[in-house]
Amino acid sequence: MKFRTFAAFVGPSVFLMLLFIAAPLTSVFLQSFQLTQPVLERVEVETCTPGFVTQTCVTEIKTRPLLDEAGNIRTTTEWVGGLSYARVLQLGKVGEAIAAGAWGDILSIDFWKALRFTLTFTLITLPLVIGLGLAIALAVNNAAKAIRGQIIFVSLLPFIITPVIGALSIRWLFIGDGIMTAGLEWWLARDISMFAQGWTIELLMLFYRVWHVAPFAFVIFYAGLQTVNQDTLESAIIDGASRWERLRYVIVPHLMPLIVFVALIHLMDSYRVFEEIVGFSSQAHVISLQWLTYDFLQPDDAGNRAIGRASASAMLTMVGIVILLIPLLRRTWRDHRGA
Amino acid sequence: MSTPRALRQSFALRAGSAGFLALWCLIAAFPIFWIAVMSFKTPVDAFAANPLDVILGPETRARGHGLSLLDILVGVAVLWLTARLALRNLGGWVQRFSPPGLIALGWVLGAVVFGLGFVAVFLGLLPTVLGALNALAGPLGVPVIGLSTEHYVAVWAENAFYSNFLNSLLVTTGVVTVSLTVGTLAGYGLARSGSALAFWILIIALVFRALPHSVLVAGYLPVFINSAEILRPILGENAPTLYGQPLAVIAVLVSINQPFTIWMLRSFFQSIPAELDEAARVDGCTHFQAFRWVIMPVMWPGVITTGLFSFLLAYNDFLVTSLLLDAQNQTMVPAIAGYFNRETTTTDQVEAVAAAVSITAPLFLLVMVFQRQIVSGLTAGAVKG
Repeated sequence: MKFRTFAAFVGPSVFLMLLFIAAPLTSVFLQSFQLTQPVLERVEVETCTPGFVTQTCVTEIKTRPLLDEAGNIRTTTEWVGGLSYARVLQLGKVGEAIAAGAWGDILSIDFWKALRFTLTFTLITLPLVIGLGLAIALAVNNAAKAIRGQIIFVSLLPFIITPVIGALSIRWLFIGDGIMTAGLEWWLARDISMFAQGWTIELLMLFYRVWHVAPFAFVIFYAGLQTVNQDTLESAIIDGASRWERLRYVIVPHLMPLIVFVALIHLMDSYRVFEEIVGFSSQAHVISLQWLTYDFLQPDDAGNRAIGRASASAMLTMVGIVILLIPLLRRTWRDHRGA
Repeated sequence: MSTPRALRQSFALRAGSAGFLALWCLIAAFPIFWIAVMSFKTPVDAFAANPLDVILGPETRARGHGLSLLDILVGVAVLWLTARLALRNLGGWVQRFSPPGLIALGWVLGAVVFGLGFVAVFLGLLPTVLGALNALAGPLGVPVIGLSTEHYVAVWAENAFYSNFLNSLLVTTGVVTVSLTVGTLAGYGLARSGSALAFWILIIALVFRALPHSVLVAGYLPVFINSAEILRPILGENAPTLYGQPLAVIAVLVSINQPFTIWMLRSFFQSIPAELDEAARVDGCTHFQAFRWVIMPVMWPGVITTGLFSFLLAYNDFLVTSLLLDAQNQTMVPAIAGYFNRETTTTDQVEAVAAAVSITAPLFLLVMVFQRQIVSGLTAGAVKG
């Protein structure tokens, strides 16, 4: 295919990606070194209240935003270097906490709190999703052919559901004296409130994410199981391999490329954990990196959005995903070059 | 066919595997089933601690909203008949009445007419007829299960959820159409070109796929809010403010989805033998003609599958739509956040449940109709390794 035809085919897509992915990335990078704030002026204001004989007058100096002709608040944008990063990272506080030996204090800073949750969330769900997906795939492969279609249908439901709604549906089972909480209380004979402390919310989030993604892993592994070489399996049996050994030495190596694929997709997606925070309304206890950026972008009470800090936290989030992905990207790279 | 003895499984293994599967199906379906049940009850029943109370809804029944055994029997029969008609006869009618060449349009129209007919019979005709029958039926006509649709009425009619629905419809239709048009072209180009450039585009797309969406939105937001001023030198006085525009959100979602779309479509195009377009080229087609008249007709399964995933992305999105759309253009998923953040009364909560079920119902239908395509789409990306 000539370059011109290739360009004509790929052009629109590349243009969209450049305009809406690459360009925003550069602008976020630049914004993270800028600070936009309203221009303030200090004015002397005299307020008088009627009093006996004479008025009581108070003069005070007030700060108020300058308005332009249209009545909008005037803003300035200036280059501030790493100020936004410093505000997000708060390294000073981190240093103090380390010096004082109080490691727990670091987690009271939003960014580090979010980082801690995002990483533990990603790393805990990964083996659970792969394990559960594989288990379901093996069990379905073992089931009668007639009911497989229905089982796949039911399994797809958690995968297809809107993430916020899925999180909400789990939350409604546990909220207040919802049936699951009531059941747990009856079983453990103690008072339980799932949304009063951070770790129970985190447990529910982990549960939700595994519930949501396991079907995806299952479908992919199930497709992989259909292509396992039966001859290899039979020769393994003749060699006296037990069921477990066959799984360990024949089936899992056969599925390995698929396991890597699922791990890659899952790392990308669970590092972006966000909908759980919204669905479980957990911002008071648990937040994630992506939620932190989202929160900076939301207008505050005065209608200002902290674009600078949002960009800084977005850049830091991106650094994290790049570090997580390097090993997997190198592998894809080698495979494609080899092929 | 008898299994070799060595492959035969012990009873314990088979029972364990079946039990595990049953447990998984229960866990997979239960939360969704449960919110569907809750949405039809009064708040007291919906959040009752006793599961039987939630299912039977004594409080709802006491308030005069209930189903009798007769209602349930007739309802199930009508549902069954509808499903049977849809599966057996609908296809034939569509084939017969749609003009040749417009079969896809015929299907869309047929589905809409069928759906409207079902709603008219099930929600319009049936309650009136059954109301009369219940009075005559004696013990069979006494309500046994509490069920009330008041929350759906509140959500859709009073809180104008239909406008959110229309916005969702606009955004998803736009995203699916544009994303498929742009994506099939790129996917075909990438699949048929072995150049280093194509390889680099794919690797960069993979990196873009990993970007958290909030990173990108942090880039759009200041530009979109001030776009009228930025674009004025180019477009003059009628430069639009992009913030709050569904069209801008469509462009954003299409681009965010592009990396995934081109990877998936590329793997579908690769499964079509290159000899096919070579033959067309020998017969004198240009590349584009070969793509349009020879490759596209055999690509429909792949296009439909990719379209489904674009649809899911646009329909399920919360982050982009909630940050880039203002209140009057809000789609359904961000709109529901308004309900559960309000949550002043338990009625609000049940209305949020009803809204959540309304959002889930189309997805449920989607899996029912397109299960095969979804599975093939999930595996298409993976199997090539």
